[in-house]
Amino acid sequence: MSILIDKNTRLIVQGITGRDGGFHTQQMIAYGTKVVAGVTPGKGGTTAHGVPVFDSVHEAIVATKANATVIYVPAAFAADAIHEAADAGVALIVCITEGLPVRDTMSAFHKVQNLRGANNPLGKPRLIGPNCPGLITPGVAKVGILPGHICTPGPIGVVSKSGTLTYEVVKQLTDRGLGQTTCLGIGGDPIIGTDFIDALTLFEADPKTEGIVLMGEIGGNAEEQAALFIKRHVTKPVVAFIAGQTAPPGKRMGHAGAIISGGTGTAAEKMAAFEAAGVPVARIPSEIPGLIAELLQRRRARKKSAPGKAAKVAKVAKVAKVAKAAPKAAKRAKSKAAPARKAAAKPAKKAAKSAKKSASAAKKTNTKKAAAKRGRR
Amino acid sequence: MNLHEYQGKELFARYGLPVLPGQVAETPDEARQIAASIGSLVVIKAQVQAGGRGKAGGVKLAASPDEAYEKARDILALTIKGLPVRKVLVAQAADIAKEYYLSIVMDREKKLPLIMLSAEGGVEIEEVARVAPEKILKQHIGLEGLRPYQARELMMKVFTDFKQAAQAADILLKLYNVFMDGDCSLAEINPLAVTPEGRVIALDAKVVLDDNADYRHRDWEHFRDPAEETPGQRLARERGLSYVKLDGDIGCIVNGAGLAMATMDLIKHYGGEPANFLDIGGSSNPEKVTAALKIITTDSHVRAILFNIFGGITRCDDVANGIVTSLTESPLTVPLVIRLTGTNEVKARQILSDFGLGATTSMDEAVQMVIAKAQEVTA
Repeated sequence: MSILIDKNTRLIVQGITGRDGGFHTQQMIAYGTKVVAGVTPGKGGTTAHGVPVFDSVHEAIVATKANATVIYVPAAFAADAIHEAADAGVALIVCITEGLPVRDTMSAFHKVQNLRGANNPLGKPRLIGPNCPGLITPGVAKVGILPGHICTPGPIGVVSKSGTLTYEVVKQLTDRGLGQTTCLGIGGDPIIGTDFIDALTLFEADPKTEGIVLMGEIGGNAEEQAALFIKRHVTKPVVAFIAGQTAPPGKRMGHAGAIISGGTGTAAEKMAAFEAAGVPVARIPSEIPGLIAELLQRRRARKKSAPGKAAKVAKVAKVAKVAKAAPKAAKRAKSKAAPARKAAAKPAKKAAKSAKKSASAAKKTNTKKAAAKRGRR
Repeated sequence: MNLHEYQGKELFARYGLPVLPGQVAETPDEARQIAASIGSLVVIKAQVQAGGRGKAGGVKLAASPDEAYEKARDILALTIKGLPVRKVLVAQAADIAKEYYLSIVMDREKKLPLIMLSAEGGVEIEEVARVAPEKILKQHIGLEGLRPYQARELMMKVFTDFKQAAQAADILLKLYNVFMDGDCSLAEINPLAVTPEGRVIALDAKVVLDDNADYRHRDWEHFRDPAEETPGQRLARERGLSYVKLDGDIGCIVNGAGLAMATMDLIKHYGGEPANFLDIGGSSNPEKVTAALKIITTDSHVRAILFNIFGGITRCDDVANGIVTSLTESPLTVPLVIRLTGTNEVKARQILSDFGLGATTSMDEAVQMVIAKAQEVTA
């Protein structure tokens, strides 16, 4: 298992005839990704790297039933490419292009989010990036520019704002025999389609992911929010790293989003937030493999000593809690209803119904609950 | 790009925001002439991008052109928070009855522009946010834009006088146009001032432009002040490299922003001090490597240089070729440590060893090596 991409991913490349798009199409095909079409307006009817090229994403979808797209078009046209893919009904949109004006990303972000519907973190469509390296499910498929040879299949989910820093850490994980379910680069821009919380939600829901490595950097407060989310909703072990511990305030460190402004967005604050949430923070990248290996071992040992027990107990406790709450709700409704019985019959029924509903909801996985909670925030 | 106050006001004026007449001066003589042409009490303000200019003595009133000359001379001799004052804004002075704070900033969390408004103007908003966050009103602007009634409603929450609220609402609508059309990441008026006669004006301007949008704003070029850039910064900008100078002595050249930051951190972790942040980016171009080495060597504090390359799109052999070309043209006077791994690593190693250079594959090892070499040089 993995998140977002697997053997059923059928990929379009927007900007396939460009220099970067062409090169990486070859790389993705060589890795085993099912690249089914390319899109370059004006070059429809030709082929590139052995796949048919279409004038529009819509045409490409109709002809090939693609379900994902990767965007390499220049920055001035990249937001339009996201809009086009979203309107054509592509489920996964990965934008590699860097240098998009934030205003353009803003509109593209909201287009995708509105199509997905509010409070639906696991839904479709999903945008990843812009200004990101994409993602790879080792041994199965890669979408974007991550080098395939540094990855190996295994139990760790990796999510990062960075590109080459991700490679660095993934290689160190692989060298230590710690394989990955999926490695996801979410990008370093101020506005991105998929954030840490989305990625954590996806990894938490993926049964094959046993532990998560999260790499953030200075700027914004996505890391602080991720820390809070982990504390409340993530049951799997997480190790964090923050780049930019020595960055001076007021200077943009390469990524448009990586800037300490007004005294916020510092690495120290982010590291403190993770530590407060019980997430070990690696001070340097080479500490990451050791930390996550230790946590995985502990988790496995716990599971072995009590196979399925802990999870079962938790589930039962939750159901019990809801069951307790249900009669109370009914009672409340009843007492309210006393002066006007007829009118009250309905709400009482409703309360009982909703209690039943929440009881059944509680049976569902933690993640779904987490997702719903997040939606309500 | 951060604009100076006088540039921000120029942008504001273009969008019809009320700013007081004024001009920028680089010499006391120019300040005298501008003061004479304005003909009333003027305020002389240091044009440096730092908060707390007033406290540092960078804002002074002058009643006559001669006084403007003297005050400008004093201010132009100042250095505020490490930044030498090279320009002053000479503007008509205003009597202030009350000061407000107004800004629009891109909110990363909601992914929408956010209006911040406070009756506590004239002080640093970070301070208000820390001490009394409830005194800052916040409201997002949806994708469909800002309506006049929304601007009025918001302003009526802090202005007691309707006429003033209406003026402030008009200012907010125009500021929104500046923000959106102008591709700003911040457009701030602090203070938004009310004169004793009840006129609402923008007394200061702080504007941050989204560098990614510069391709559609040809006019931004004239905001750029070549004298403000060091030769290294200029070269970096011209070659499309991301460079930030720091105070240390270990120059680092890295591909990728995250890895570049992590490299700086690692240098510090092992007891060294990074001299810079330099990201040569993802593309594979030996010329970028040559430019990067030139930039680093413009910094006389650098005692050793580290290359940290993780080849993905960047091909290690291209980097190796860039290093060899560069060193052939102009040999280095400081030690060099190279860390290369990833795409075409073997080829790169061969190119380097043919030239008599070694390379390591471990980032930790490379950082420790470069720190040791820098210390040797210092000793």
